[in-house]
Amino acid sequence: MKVTLFTTCIVDFMAMNVGKATVELLEGLGHEIDYPKNQTCCGQPTYNTGYVEKTKNTIKHFIETFEHADVIVSPSGSCVMFVKEYAHIMADDKEWKERAEKVAAKTYELSQFLIEVINVDDFSAKLPGKAVYHHNCHTARFLKVKEQPIKLLSKVEGLELVDFHNSDKCCGFGGTFSVKMGDISAEVADEKARYIMDANPDYLIGADFACLMNIGGRLSRLGSNIKVMHIAEVLNSK
Amino acid sequence: MGIKINNENFKKNLDKNLNNDFMRAAMVKAQDLINKNRTNVLSQLGDGNYREWQKLSGEVRAHVLENLDFYLNQFAENVVKNGGNVFFAKDAKEASEYVTKLAVERGVKKVVKAKSMVTEEIGLNHHLIDAGVDVKETDLAEYILQLDDWNPPSHMVVPSLHLNRTQIKDVFAKNGYSGKDIPEDLAAFARAQLRNEYVTADMGIYGCNFAIAESGAISLISNEGNIDLCTSAPELQVAVMGMERICATYEDADICISLLARNAVGAKSTSYTTFVNGITEEGAADGAKEFHVVIVDNGRSKVLKSQFKEVLQCMRCAACLNICPVYRQVGGHSYNAIYSGPLGVVLTPLLAGYDDFKELPYMCSLCGACTEVCPSNIPLHSLIHEHKRVLAEEKKVSAFWGASMSGAGMVLSRPWMYKLGTGVAPLMTKPLMVDGKIKKGISILKGWTDKRDLPALEVVRFRDWYAKRSKGGNK
Ligand code: SF4
Repeated sequence: MKVTLFTTCIVDFMAMNVGKATVELLEGLGHEIDYPKNQTCCGQPTYNTGYVEKTKNTIKHFIETFEHADVIVSPSGSCVMFVKEYAHIMADDKEWKERAEKVAAKTYELSQFLIEVINVDDFSAKLPGKAVYHHNCHTARFLKVKEQPIKLLSKVEGLELVDFHNSDKCCGFGGTFSVKMGDISAEVADEKARYIMDANPDYLIGADFACLMNIGGRLSRLGSNIKVMHIAEVLNSK
Repeated sequence: MGIKINNENFKKNLDKNLNNDFMRAAMVKAQDLINKNRTNVLSQLGDGNYREWQKLSGEVRAHVLENLDFYLNQFAENVVKNGGNVFFAKDAKEASEYVTKLAVERGVKKVVKAKSMVTEEIGLNHHLIDAGVDVKETDLAEYILQLDDWNPPSHMVVPSLHLNRTQIKDVFAKNGYSGKDIPEDLAAFARAQLRNEYVTADMGIYGCNFAIAESGAISLISNEGNIDLCTSAPELQVAVMGMERICATYEDADICISLLARNAVGAKSTSYTTFVNGITEEGAADGAKEFHVVIVDNGRSKVLKSQFKEVLQCMRCAACLNICPVYRQVGGHSYNAIYSGPLGVVLTPLLAGYDDFKELPYMCSLCGACTEVCPSNIPLHSLIHEHKRVLAEEKKVSAFWGASMSGAGMVLSRPWMYKLGTGVAPLMTKPLMVDGKIKKGISILKGWTDKRDLPALEVVRFRDWYAKRSKGGNK
């Protein structure tokens, strides 16, 4: 299948390894990657801060960049959730609303795509050690992608997945919230990091780099050596 | 007191609360405990069914709001039929003045009061006290706060959540208590003090969980029994309610009350569910001989006409406070208002204006947990976002963020700018790097790096890697 990849801005310039692992993983499963070079961002930074009008051009740009695709896959559930909001945001403009709906219908978060669309069962991935999984709020709550990553991780040879206290709660990232209300955001991240450390894992795994960067940033400041990995990197570990 | 509970600067107040270790530990403990009980009791509603209940109760509440004129009239007519009086107050002042005038005219010396958010909102206590009326809060937590020099509530259901038992003992000690900080002893002391107040009070004041339009009854749910005493001992009684607090029928109220108890305290029902149905029959031993209902607007009809109208579906269960990751860290007083947590973020600016509360909508990580739990089916996180939109686009509160977001909007919709920007960014942030990470950010990055490291920006971005690889000929 030809898979059009939306890496997200944050993966592009802050976590190229996540993008790389996604490409290698999908290619390894026999798919062809299409990477539209003009892609930028889903538009959440401006939208979530309240600047809806200033977001509309970003949305239009996304639609133009991706509407040729058969299927759009992204290693970030939060951004996928936002793409699915486009039609609602463009509700006053019939043409763009319809184009938004079409794009949204073929956009998937990576683990969702692997389970729901291509239904893969085996990656022959190997990663020995103990791990905790952090659910991104938008992915679990709004996109309803919660079981999929767990199912995928259960197939990774050598990997033991353990739970930790309040594992379904927000990590405190929240986009511009993390700098606008940096104090509060950091306190939420601190609590999350400490509960993770209590479970004493080797790895913290997630499917959204923003949360991982947030929790990982606190773990690193606390001197922890828990390794932070995106699910694409885990599934691509051989 | 009114909606606003202090005049301190938002940031200063927030810092103070973030440094209050005791309060913060109490929040964490309380949230975890209430949520555990709530999850348990909701699972008994039948697996996966909660969503259906939310929808049902949301519909019941929305239906009333759509037809509020009709139901308010029906309710008022029934109250009068039941021998009561109804007063529609357009604002806090009118409401407080009505009750105070009534108290003064009837020669009331002492009022026993049951917990009610709307009486806090209209600042009724101080109005009465200024008129020389003695007011006794009878809900244990409110009683503690009153004795603590009217310390403001920090939670809608557990108002004294921010105080520990030693602090409570100290408050009681100033009022004649000589025992230790043992909860049972403290409660016994309060009980003994309060018993006497009910029988000597000339007036009872309470709020209203749901007013039943079809009968004119006021329903009240509680755990301590104080409401039953306030609604039976004094001969003169006043119920104060927000104008949105109506259920069309008992059947509708049943749905709402079932969800309210489960969400507020994690129990199938509270110890007491009381219905007050006007004046008592001739010859009865207790109950009201004179009964008034004060229906308060105080900005609600404006909200009803706005894009925020769903917030009026709220049943004040505090489930959104109990699940909110921000409330958990900052506590109720950081919202500077009697309404806190996600509900407070949405409601306070609507009732009290943006001027004093423009920071509130940013006290949200947009995680959506509040919306997921809300038994009134209010899309809380979307309404919080709508506040941000109003502040950003209509009120233009921040020139800095306005300009930054214009810049971002421009860059993100123009690939050449985006590519240029992300290409040079690693160079610009290079001076901030320590051991391959950004540990000391400047400007807005500081909010992040005070307590967290930030990964270095990629010198080879994903797009660069991909382009190079494609040139290698494989795709
Ligand atoms: S907004 Fe919903 S969850 Fe929050 S207090 Fe009101 S009813 Fe409860």
